[in-house]
Amino acid sequence: MNEKATPTTSIRPKVAIVGAGVCGLGVAWRLAQQGCAVTVFERGEVGRGASWAAAGMLAANVESEPGEEALLSLTLEAQRQWPAFAAELEAASGREIGYREDGTLVAAVLQDDVERLRFTYDYQRSLGLDLTWLSGREARSRESCLSPQVSGAVWSPNDHQVDNRFLALSLAEAATRAGADIRCGQRVERLAIEQQRCRGLETTCGFHAADAVLLAAGAWSRDVAGLPVELAPPVRPLKGQALALGMDPQAPLLTSVLWGPRGLYAVPREDGRLIVGATVEEKGWDDSLTAGGLMHLLWELWQLLPGTEELPVEETWVGHRPSSRDDAPILGPSAIAGLHFATGHHRNGILLAPLTADLVAEGILQDRAPEPITSFGPDRFAATPSPAARTAAQ
Amino acid sequence: MNAPDSDPLIIAGTPVGSRLMVGSSGYPNQQVMLDAIRASGAEIVTVAVRRLDMEAGAESLLDLLSGRYRILPNTAGCFTAKDAVLTAQLAREALDTDWLKLEVIGDRDSLYPDVEELLQAADTLVRDGFKVLAYSSDDPVTCRKLADLGCVAVMPLGAPIGSGMGVLNPYNIQMIRAQIDLPLIVDAGIGTASDAALAMELGCDGVLLATAISGARDPVAMAAAMRHGVAGGRLAFKAGRIPKRSNAQASSSFAGRIRT
Repeated sequence: MNEKATPTTSIRPKVAIVGAGVCGLGVAWRLAQQGCAVTVFERGEVGRGASWAAAGMLAANVESEPGEEALLSLTLEAQRQWPAFAAELEAASGREIGYREDGTLVAAVLQDDVERLRFTYDYQRSLGLDLTWLSGREARSRESCLSPQVSGAVWSPNDHQVDNRFLALSLAEAATRAGADIRCGQRVERLAIEQQRCRGLETTCGFHAADAVLLAAGAWSRDVAGLPVELAPPVRPLKGQALALGMDPQAPLLTSVLWGPRGLYAVPREDGRLIVGATVEEKGWDDSLTAGGLMHLLWELWQLLPGTEELPVEETWVGHRPSSRDDAPILGPSAIAGLHFATGHHRNGILLAPLTADLVAEGILQDRAPEPITSFGPDRFAATPSPAARTAAQ
Repeated sequence: MNAPDSDPLIIAGTPVGSRLMVGSSGYPNQQVMLDAIRASGAEIVTVAVRRLDMEAGAESLLDLLSGRYRILPNTAGCFTAKDAVLTAQLAREALDTDWLKLEVIGDRDSLYPDVEELLQAADTLVRDGFKVLAYSSDDPVTCRKLADLGCVAVMPLGAPIGSGMGVLNPYNIQMIRAQIDLPLIVDAGIGTASDAALAMELGCDGVLLATAISGARDPVAMAAAMRHGVAGGRLAFKAGRIPKRSNAQASSSFAGRIRT
């Protein structure tokens, strides 16, 4: 392979990807389908970072927040792509990914929480989102195990779910079948950057030359050596604790995704697992499960679904969301030629997976950001560099 | 209009550029937080020590705020004096400041201060050299005791934390004002700009708020509104309002009107 080849649409670039989460794997799959030589470097196992810790909610509507209207157009588009993406991926990998279209319910018990939910509902409706206000009785007619104390709720028919762990494994299979080389246990030690151009990677198994490198290392994306601090994507780890309860799959307590007032959600899987998450903790890389964190989740869940107190706890875990400063992803070419980003997805990595895969792959092939992601590049943070970046730049 | 520095708020001998102080949590995201704090004009930003990544990794709250604002660590989440003192010492060491917003909470439902623990913690911390800004209930006796203990500012609540109900007992705030020469800052309960203006019209020296901005539909616009509310209230207080009357009184005289 000619190491000096310039990426063009006629010559397929040789691509190296840092990180085998859903972002890196999705792009690897799309590029391999296009005939690129793609190598994915993963220091651990496939999909074991935020891709594993997530809950798989595809909730563009109920998660929309003030100041994030630009992101909303991206998440809504991703949501539209999901049904076809899921079908294509299952066919290409021969694996099921648990995509379910059962909608999402946001419920509140206390009057203060009902009023706050109404405030959020009014805001989201003003954006034109398809949401319906329900009384407690109407909410219970959808989900019969909801607490009789639930007195107000919002129904979102278009916010669905996928099994994120199946998704990661399925993307790895599809990428491999399309010809990508996924190297687990190979840590990237350094990005090889010379004269403002990225020429490949130093890995634990030696130098790997590439025409284009994609940094898709989630919350670890700043920590890859070789990247000048002022050009590192503004991503931080945002800790979350979560757990899984075991429901009877024949008689589940819940069929749609359920949200509570203080960030609690419960996601029912086909096999009876009920994923309960998640705390939001600005604690850096701290990875401890805490009594307070689990108590918060279980208490908030119990208020909405009292029947959960009988369920066995099957698993508990901690993950780190790769959160950018504005909670929107950082996508496309960086200021260094040949280096692209797909990171900073905050809590939207699973939802945005179809769109990240297509548009970042296109950005690598064209060597420029396609129109839908031009406003999600790393340059949008240039006006307010962090003190760490400012110090380094001086 | 007066230049801002002709009427500075001075806390512990240090002039503070704005009479509005803001919190740092509850925002939709960190960019909105940065934009809102900038729009508020605040110079002091309070951070909860127990919810902080003290290592100040890149892009953490401390990384983004330090160098731009005066960080005021607070002991939110502490339920005992012992807890609050330990948290304060941790903050002083990590953040290199002896300023502290002391908060000792009595219960999770009301988030009211536990006065007994609060006074004990204030006493210990003042003796230990801290500049204590004490979050207090709005009773004049407790506020006076905090002042007597050597706190550098007393911060009675306007209403329960996060409630947005405004200044529920303006008479208490006035009584506290009459008794205390220290900086008096209404902390908690502010819901909208008129609440902040009212606190300032009552003679308070400043307002500290968080949820009213971070939870607003447009946090950046609300931050600007709060800046104006505080500034307007302060000017009105200094200007001296008219006494209220029960009957109308025309602003121009009836004498000399045109006869028909």
